[in-house]
Formats: sequence, structure tokens, C-alpha cells
Amino acid sequence: MIEIAGLSKRYGEKLAVDGLTFTVRPGTVTGFLGPNGAGKSTTMRMILGLDHPTGGDVRIDGRHYHELADPLTYIGALLDAKAVHGGRSARNHLLCLAQSNGIPARRVGEVLETVGLTAVARKKAKGFSLGMSQRLGIAGALLGDPRILMFDEPVNGLDPEGIHWIRGLMKSLAAQGRTVFVSSHLMSEMALTADHLVVIGQGRLLADTTMADFIERNSRSWVRIRTPDRERLLDALHTAGIAVVEAGDGLLEVDGGRPERIGELAARHQVVLHELSVRQSSLEDAFMRLTAQSVEYHARPEPAGQSWGAHRIARTAAGPPAPKAAPTTTPATPAPLTTPTTPATAPTTTPTEG
Amino acid sequence: MSTPQTPLPQAAPPAREAGAAAPYAGYTSPIPVVRTHLGHALASEWTKIRSVRSTMWTLGVFVLLVVGIGLLTGAIVANSGSDLSGDDDPLALGFFGVLLGSIAVITLGVLTTASEYGTGLIRTTATACPARGRFLVAKALIFFLVSFTVTLVSTVLVAVLQTAMLEGSSARQPTGGEWFKATVGVSLYIALLGLFSLLIGSVLRHSAGGITVMIGAVLAPLVIALFMATSSLEKVRTALFEYSIPNQLGVFYSSSLSDSGPSGWDPLWIMIGAVVVAFAGSWLLLEKRDV
Repeated sequence: MIEIAGLSKRYGEKLAVDGLTFTVRPGTVTGFLGPNGAGKSTTMRMILGLDHPTGGDVRIDGRHYHELADPLTYIGALLDAKAVHGGRSARNHLLCLAQSNGIPARRVGEVLETVGLTAVARKKAKGFSLGMSQRLGIAGALLGDPRILMFDEPVNGLDPEGIHWIRGLMKSLAAQGRTVFVSSHLMSEMALTADHLVVIGQGRLLADTTMADFIERNSRSWVRIRTPDRERLLDALHTAGIAVVEAGDGLLEVDGGRPERIGELAARHQVVLHELSVRQSSLEDAFMRLTAQSVEYHARPEPAGQSWGAHRIARTAAGPPAPKAAPTTTPATPAPLTTPTTPATAPTTTPTEG
Repeated sequence: MSTPQTPLPQAAPPAREAGAAAPYAGYTSPIPVVRTHLGHALASEWTKIRSVRSTMWTLGVFVLLVVGIGLLTGAIVANSGSDLSGDDDPLALGFFGVLLGSIAVITLGVLTTASEYGTGLIRTTATACPARGRFLVAKALIFFLVSFTVTLVSTVLVAVLQTAMLEGSSARQPTGGEWFKATVGVSLYIALLGLFSLLIGSVLRHSAGGITVMIGAVLAPLVIALFMATSSLEKVRTALFEYSIPNQLGVFYSSSLSDSGPSGWDPLWIMIGAVVVAFAGSWLLLEKRDV
């Protein structure tokens, strides 16, 4: 478990991290999301005791990083894949790491096998592609078989097969009861791997919520209907008190509607349907909307960002929220952002639960 | 490249189930917990220094310069007949090679610390060993032992060969004390000079910058003094001469430029003082700065 309390970091004039408070729990993959320059890497460096916080505190299972006797068997981290001496072989790089923490040398071979670098173990790191470097960095993080793992943008430079592999790896690590904390600036990537989400913007906490809840809250869903009997269906929907929007191209859209209800209605009125599908705005849009607002938060006094997160936790803990009200209460009107020109992500990002 | 799906081979299924049953119990590794100490850091730094080719290159160049130039001067002097007068110490001929070779040791010293900043490896090092003073001590010890050993072997080799070459000439036989100074003394001095460079590398965190500063520090005082003709600056000039690194190195070979200034083992004490100060400074900065 990583506990972050009121963490701040100032570089000269710039406040890179501003009063962050959140907890990363074991047994789940926690996504750490924010646009470039949001303070993700700085936060991770402070967790590892590399940067000294200007204010606040970071604890790993109740202890400060420098109090850990054998840090690599406690927390493994991949910060920068290119942070290896180019002239050193992959094996020797991992060996010197293992030795510094009294980890048996046989682990080096094991983690190289795990990340699939056995064939190039004796090759110099400078000849590695970014994808291979990422794998080497991940091998370094796994070396001590730690209970906490932290990856900074791990999918950078990986090929599709590598991305697929790392998703599976993170999930299985979390399933073993480990704490997995992974940063990204890609919402779509996080949607596929993370169970919990911490979003920051300009160093402030914007959201601390479960992935399902985030999707529920931040994405607009609607039912898309295509029918040759347009007028009759419109009448029927109107009579049933369901608001319809005409989306052009003969398409009809019902905001937040339930497809089964519309399907039953159409059947009752014997209206032919050519399409009846649930659509969801992409999470990327929701994420951009959220982080764009961080500019507003910036102008406000202190507690804005934090209470937001606290509110989310409370809400999550209270149980599943009233589902249908959520999208419509989202303050920013999603309409212009979610024009269904990019419905490609919709099927994959549909929440499975609730 | 194969990518097995199982993340860790020895992550035994029982541990997995235990983790799933009690979600906050967390994962417990089968790897035994070890309380790390300096020995671990030393092993790690030894692996680091021996696993990069730049170590072999710089030390190779060092040995080549010391032995090569030593033999060359020895051969020239031996063939020129009675060049050396009765009180000249044949060991002094080793000086030239060691002076040039010191540049290689300086380079290796700076690279040992500064290159980690260039690559970003220092973050990994500091993550693996949060007690930053510990890895600095480990780096310093490993480097010192390596450079001392290599210098000692080279200087002994050169000293033996040179005295053998000048056997028949008019040069006198060096005393035991002179032997000790020209081998062990010089090796200690060179290794400490390299160690000082290592600490400068840690302070400056930049390879090229560190090497430039150190070569400047070794050569500049002597060069400046050469051009300091004004009589009002006489004292400064003498001090620059006497305390310049080449001159202090010459003290070990009893071939100092002047009769005043450091003598005997003085250069070694001065260098030890400089290293202690640099060590304190770089330790302090290492703890204080973000890496």
C-alpha cells in the first residue's frame, strides 16, 4: 500500500505537485492518469525517495522509502526505460541491481525469462530498441519479486504484442495481491488495465475513483436507432415520454436510454428496426474534459481538488450510484465532444458491472 | 522474443490464493528478506565497474602509458651513455609515464559517478540503495582499490625494468625508501587523485565537465606559473609551481622542481585532506539534492 498525504513539490516558481492525497491499495491495478507535465513522474520519484517533497508525506506500508532495508524486494519500479548504462549487458545491469539488495543471482535469469529477453541477455543495452528497454526496465522492477510495483508509462514503445503482454502481466501481478501503480497519459490504455483510477492535472488531484465509476460518471451513453419507419417510431417514443434527438443520416438517438425498452416499444408498435445499439462516448473525451477543467481548479482556492476526490471515495464506498442520473448531471455538456463520429471505442469501454 | 504470460515462475499458487482470500494481506514473496549493508553495495559496484568496457579502456591506456613511456625513457637514457650523474635516482624516469597516465585515471574516476547521471542510472542506483552515502562509499572504495592495484602493478613493473636497464650506467642504486615511495607512494597518490575526480564527478554530475575540471586542475597551475614572469608575482608563481599536481607527484620521485614546498610524504597528506573535504561535500550534496 502506498499512502500519499498532502504531497507537494515545488521547482522554483512552478508547483509541480500540489497537495496530493490518495492511497494506492493492494490487489488492484491503480491507474495514475494525467496529461504530460501533470506531475505523475515527479510524484513517482517522491514515492521512491528520489526527490524530496516540499511538503507532505509518502509512506510505503507505513514506512518512508529510506527506511526500507531491502527496497527492491519491497517495491519495484520502472521509471525510465533508457536509464541504463549503454555499455553494460542486460544481465550485468540486473546483476548489479540484485547484488545491491542481496537478491540471489538466479533471479536475474528468471526475470529475463519472464520479460522475454533471455536471448539478448549478454547484449549491450545500447543496442536495445525502446520496447526491449521497457522489458529490461520491467525485469528490473520484478527482480526482487516485490509486493508493490510501479510503472511509469510502461507501454511506451512496445509493439501490440508487448502491450498485450504487459496488460496481462499487470493484471496477474495485482491478482496475486500485489499493489500495482501504473501511470499513463492514455485513458484508453488505462480503461483496459486499471481497476482504480487516480487522475491528476497540474499537480492536483482531479479524481480518485474506481474505473467502473469513472466510466459511469464521465461517459455519456445513448441508444442509437435506425429505422425505415421513422415517423411512427418518433410518435411511439414521444407517447412513451422518451426524448429523442435526430442525429442526421436518418439516425435517432436516445440519451441514456435502455435499448430493451425501446426495442419492446418498437415491437409493440410493429416498427421495423435496422439498428438498435448502445453507444458510449470515448473515455478519452471524458478524460480530456476532466483535465481541461483543472485549469479552472487552478484559479480556485485550496480545497477544490481534494474534496472532489474525497467525495468520490465516499460515493464509491456508499455503493453503486443511481446509474441513469449520472451522465446527465455531468456539468460539462458532452454533446459537442461526443458526436458519434468515433464510436470505435464504445464496445470495448462499456462497463461490465452495474 | 517470447513473452510468457506467467509473470513470475516461483510465484506459487498457494500465495496467490492467500492473496485473493484476504485482499489487504498483500503479496508475500518467497525471496528471503535481507537486511542490506555496505557489502551488498560493494558487490554491486564491483559488478558495475568490471562490466563496462570504458573501465578496461581507460585502465588499458593507463598501463600502456606508464609502462610504454617508462620503458622508452629508460631505453633512451641507457643508450645515451653516462647521462645520469652519481646522485640521480633511476626511478625518477617513471615520472613521465605516470603523469600522462594520471589523465586516464582521472577520466575513469569522473566516469564512475558522472556517467550514472548522464544515463539516468543514478535513479535506479538510488532506488536500490536509498542510503545514498552507502553507494558513494562503495563506489569510492571499489574505485580506489582498482586504481591502486593497477597503478602499483604498473609502477613496480616500470621501476624494476628501468633499474635493470640502467644497471651498468653511472646511476646509483635507489634506496629501499625511494623504492617504496616510487611504487606504493605514487600508487596511493594516483589512486587518491582518481578518487578526488570521482567525487568531483559526483558533485558536477556531468562527465565531460568533470573531466575538464580535473585536467584543468592538474595542468593549469603549472602552465600559468610558466608565464608568470613579473617579479611582484614571484610568490604566487612559486606556490603554483610547488603545489601543482605534477610537481607534487615529482616529490615521490625526489625530482621536485624546487627545494622548498612539499617534500617527503607531504603530497600524500595534502591529497588525503582534499579527498576528505571533497567526500564530505559530495556526500552532503548527494543527500540534499534530488536525483
